[in-house]
Order: sequence, then C-alpha cells, then structure tokens
Amino acid sequence: MPLASYQTSVPVVVDDAKCIADKGCTVCVDVCPLDVLRISEMTNKAYMAYDECWYCMPCEADCPTGAVTVNIPYLLR
Amino acid sequence: MALDQIVDGLSEVSCDVLVIGGGTAGPMAALKAKLKNPKANVVLLEKANVKRSGAISMGMDGLNNAVIPGYATPEQYTKEITIANDGIVDQKAVYKYAQNCYKIIEELDSFGIRFLKNENGDYAVKKVHHIGTYVLPMPNGETVKKALYRQLRRARILISNRYMATRLLKSSDGRIAGAISVNTRTAEMLVIKAKAVILCMGAAGRLGLPTSGYMFGTYENAANSGDGYAMAYHAGAALANLECFQINPLIKDYNGPACAYVAGPFGAYTANNEGARFIECDYWSGQMMLEFYNELLSGKGPVFLQLKHLHPDTISEIESTLHKVERPTRGLFQQGRGVDYRSESIEMHISEIGFCSGHSASGVFVDDNARTTIPGLYAAGDMASVPHNYMLGAFTNGSVAGIDAMEFADGHDFAEFDAADVAVERDRVMAPTKREDGIPPNQIEYKTRRLVNDYLQPPKVTRKYELGMRRLAEAREDMQERMIARNAHELLRALEVQSIMDCADMAAHASLYREESRWGLYHWRTDFPEKDNENWFCHALLSKRDGKMTSEKRAVEPYVVPISDDEKDLYDKQRIRASA
Repeated sequence: MPLASYQTSVPVVVDDAKCIADKGCTVCVDVCPLDVLRISEMTNKAYMAYDECWYCMPCEADCPTGAVTVNIPYLLR
Repeated sequence: MALDQIVDGLSEVSCDVLVIGGGTAGPMAALKAKLKNPKANVVLLEKANVKRSGAISMGMDGLNNAVIPGYATPEQYTKEITIANDGIVDQKAVYKYAQNCYKIIEELDSFGIRFLKNENGDYAVKKVHHIGTYVLPMPNGETVKKALYRQLRRARILISNRYMATRLLKSSDGRIAGAISVNTRTAEMLVIKAKAVILCMGAAGRLGLPTSGYMFGTYENAANSGDGYAMAYHAGAALANLECFQINPLIKDYNGPACAYVAGPFGAYTANNEGARFIECDYWSGQMMLEFYNELLSGKGPVFLQLKHLHPDTISEIESTLHKVERPTRGLFQQGRGVDYRSESIEMHISEIGFCSGHSASGVFVDDNARTTIPGLYAAGDMASVPHNYMLGAFTNGSVAGIDAMEFADGHDFAEFDAADVAVERDRVMAPTKREDGIPPNQIEYKTRRLVNDYLQPPKVTRKYELGMRRLAEAREDMQERMIARNAHELLRALEVQSIMDCADMAAHASLYREESRWGLYHWRTDFPEKDNENWFCHALLSKRDGKMTSEKRAVEPYVVPISDDEKDLYDKQRIRASA
C-alpha cells in the first residue's frame, strides 16, 4: 500500500533566535526520553522531528538558553 | 545524510554485570554492583539517556511507601501491602524491602536528596494508606535524577545511552549469557556478553490507549513500552500476576496524577458531582479503583479531586509541588483550560491499563534477592513482581539486585551462547527495514492498543477476550509480515510495538487463566464475579514453554507476618456508607 504523510501540530517549539545548536549544543536532543528532537540540517537549530511527546519537560528545563517551550499536545489540551 | 539513516553493523562487548534500564532501579543496581566489586565492569544500558530517563524523569514529589522508625514498622507495612494486594503476596520480599528501605532513604539523603522534616528534625511522614503512615514529601524532589547521575559518574559506571535491548542471550544449560541491543539512532546492533544481567526496564505503560487518543499521552513515561516484560518472556522467565493490571485515577485528558498523595495530607479529597466523598481512602488499590469506576459510570460522575475548600496559601503550597516535579506541565494544562484550584475542582478519570508492580503486582517473578527464575538474571523496579513498590521500592530492590548480581558474577565465568541466536535476532530486528512497502509502526501500534481498550480493559468478559485475541492475532500477523521501518527512529518504534503486542497477548492470556475476580477493578471478571479463595488463593505464573504461552498456579509462601481474619478484608471496605 502506498504511504501518505499526515499533518500534525507538534507540542515542542524552539525559538531559533535563542537556540545555540549551531554552536554545537545538543542538550534538548540528548535528554528527551522519547528521542523526538533533532538538529535541522537546513537551519542548524533544534526542532521536533516526531510528534511522540510525553510533555515531560527535560528539553525545556535543561535548555541552557531558554529556547525550548513545551506545550500540551493539541489532542489533550 | 537522511534523518536517522540506517547503518548496517554488529559489534560485541563484554562486562561482568549488565544493567538494562537507567531510570530508577537501574542506576541504584549499577551503583551497588560496582561498589560491591570496584574492579568489575558494570555497564548501564539505556534506551533514552540516563540523565532524564524513566518514570522519575522530572523527579518525584515524595516517597509513597517509606517505613520510618517511630512512624511505622516493617511488620505493619508488610501487613498493609498484603491486605491491599488481596493476600497474594510473597511477604518475604515485601518484608525485606520494609526492613531495608530506611537505610536507602538515609543513603539518598547523603546523595543530596532532601526529605521533609518537622520542627523537631524528625521526618514529617503523612498518612495516605488505609491503615498506616508511609508518605514522606521530598522538598527538592526535582533533583533526584541529577543526584543519581553524579553518583554514577563518581563510581565510573560505563553508561551506554540510546541502546535498546531487544533479547536476552542464554547458554545451552539455561544460564544468562548477555543481551542483544540496537542503537536507536543508527540501527547498529551491539551484543553485550555478561555474567549477570539486571532488568530495570520499567512498566508496560504503552499498552492501553489513553482516552485522549494521543498515543504518547500515557500515565507512564511513554518510553516504557514493556520491553523488559517481553524480553523476560522470550528468555523463558516466569512472570507473575499479570492479570493484576495497573489502572490509576488521573487528571482527565492530561492523564497524570492529580495527585491525592500530595494534596490528601493537606485535606484534599476525592468527591463525586454532588461534592460528596465516596471512598474511604485515596491510596491506589484495585478496590479503590473499582469504587472510582462505579462512581464514574453512575449518575454521580464525573469524579473530582476537591481542593477549593482549602486555604489559598495551602493551595499555593500544593501547586508549588504539583507544578514543579514529576509532571510539571500539570500547571500549564490547567492554565490552558482556565482551571484555578481555588475555585474549581479537578476533573478526574481512570487511566489506560498497563503492567506495573510499582502500583499493582504485575511483574517478572522475583524472589527476595531480586532473582528471576533464570540463573544470573535479575529484575527490579516497576517490572519486577514485588507489589506496590513505588520509587523507593525500585531503589531498595535495585540495590538488592546489584549486590546479589555482582556476587553471582564473581562466582561465575561467562556463559557461552549460540551465535545462531544472534543471527536469528538480527534478522527479526532488521526485518521491517528490508521491506519496500508495508504498514508503518504507528498504525500497527494504534490498532493494537485500540484493541486492548476495546477488548481487554476491565470489566473482563470471556467472550470479549476471545474476540480480542483473534483481532490481536491478525494485527500480529501484519506486524510480523508487513511492518516497515524507513529509518532508525521508526525501527525503534517498530521494536517497541513488538513488545506492546507481546504484553497484550500476555494480558489476555493471564486474565483468562484466573477464573475468579480479585484486586477490585484490576481483575474483575464478569463471568466469575466472586473472589474464590479455595481455588485461586495463589499466584499465577505465565511463561513461554516450547514456544507456547502457558500459565500455572504457584502457592503463596507462608506469611512472615500473620494477618488475622478481621483484617483480611479491610481494603474491601472502601465505599463510604450513607449515614443516617
């Protein structure tokens, strides 16, 4: 069967202006229990690559520059 | 390079003691093993990152089962848990926990984790359970993981993050020989030979589907997909009382604890839509959950956690805990809905089903030394069968496992495994990456977990179970023949679905085996509505024999702490009787 992609609004938002992933920081990617964050090859900033979030907060709490915001996933908001 | 591109690779390492799972029990097991023999190699393998993995990723608000001299005795605690778990308890392990846990509290204190004390300097223990007093708040509970991590670094534990263990290896004479794992970012495989292995892989928390429909909005850390249960099963270890499901009362939709253990001691309580109390005690037991379920379905639902009668300062104090540790986004959630605890009660619901001995009794069978039925294989924490274990149980029994496993490793050489077992496992793991076309793991997982909700969650009806097992078998066939993984991350999810499917099958099999009702809502079988002590006052052990799932009875060990007849049913009397 062919595959289609599925649109979803993701709960973790990264402020590119504050994110220092381009300087080598990977803290949020490292600490995520679900391993859903990545560094974009286009922007060199962190982003949520997979909508599989436990809205647990380590990414936001451990970010050294306060660039990460965890929102409640839309379906349970 | 494409995102999470698959790399073909297989390497092998060895260590004396391998601990799988770096959440709560795992770090303590690794630490104790290393301290027992500092010359030995201890590897701590973790699917995520030890810094922030497991149920206590963001810390914990307190100890739910602290046996503190002056407040409670090991005898009293053993009695309480025996009664709360409907008598099906090997008391030796519970009693040993109760004797050892105070030492562990002092040790955690020395790690920098603080516990609430009163003006006299004594621990300020609170009452939440039906009979005794065991709840001890942790004022800096958000620092637990950091404190543990410091200890691991100091002891030079070898930490391997982002490796998911998939199967255990054994020798031809049945002894543990190591484990096979997969890198979750590259799909490269790593075989770890070990003299002893400790499983600390958490609950099977991604079994049922949350009512929100969001697959990762589970009560448990959604990374806890029951991999430890599945691995123990395939290795031939016995699993105990899997029919005693975990089902918890949670904030509706948010699906995290409200949390009555925090708010209860300040005067909060569970109420129905008339504002009236209907349960005697907020401690999470199957009997309490049955009353909760009944109230939800009666005209008196929804059910609420009532706080608004408390002084605003008290509510602020409760909020400062609820919005800081364990599930800190609780505050954000309530804010988004415009709920202020000062004026509105918290709407509650019941969670999806899971396995978790931390709150119930469903786990890999272990004795009082944390030994499973396989020589050299140990289990601790939420996935091991010591009931109502919580975080302190994970620490305490993790400690027991670490010490005993190192003694075992010191007395044994590596066991030899068959290289063909690795080849078979490599084929199984990589199969979804070899297909050009098929069904992605998220669809197989959604369907499996939707079937769990439709057919397996209590009340348990035999006819529904039979249909559910047929549907699950069809989903399993799809999973085995048609599932695809296009990158290493999808492969991680594809492997997790296989654990979830195994747990669903075990939940169904174990539930049909026990032909009685017990543990309130956890095992309520409509075809056998009564408790049957004559035939079923026993454990039920599930295991894989000759490739087939089988169950058998195992007698409850003679009690260490006797329970008198008038105490046995104290937890059955949860419903508040209407007063004249």
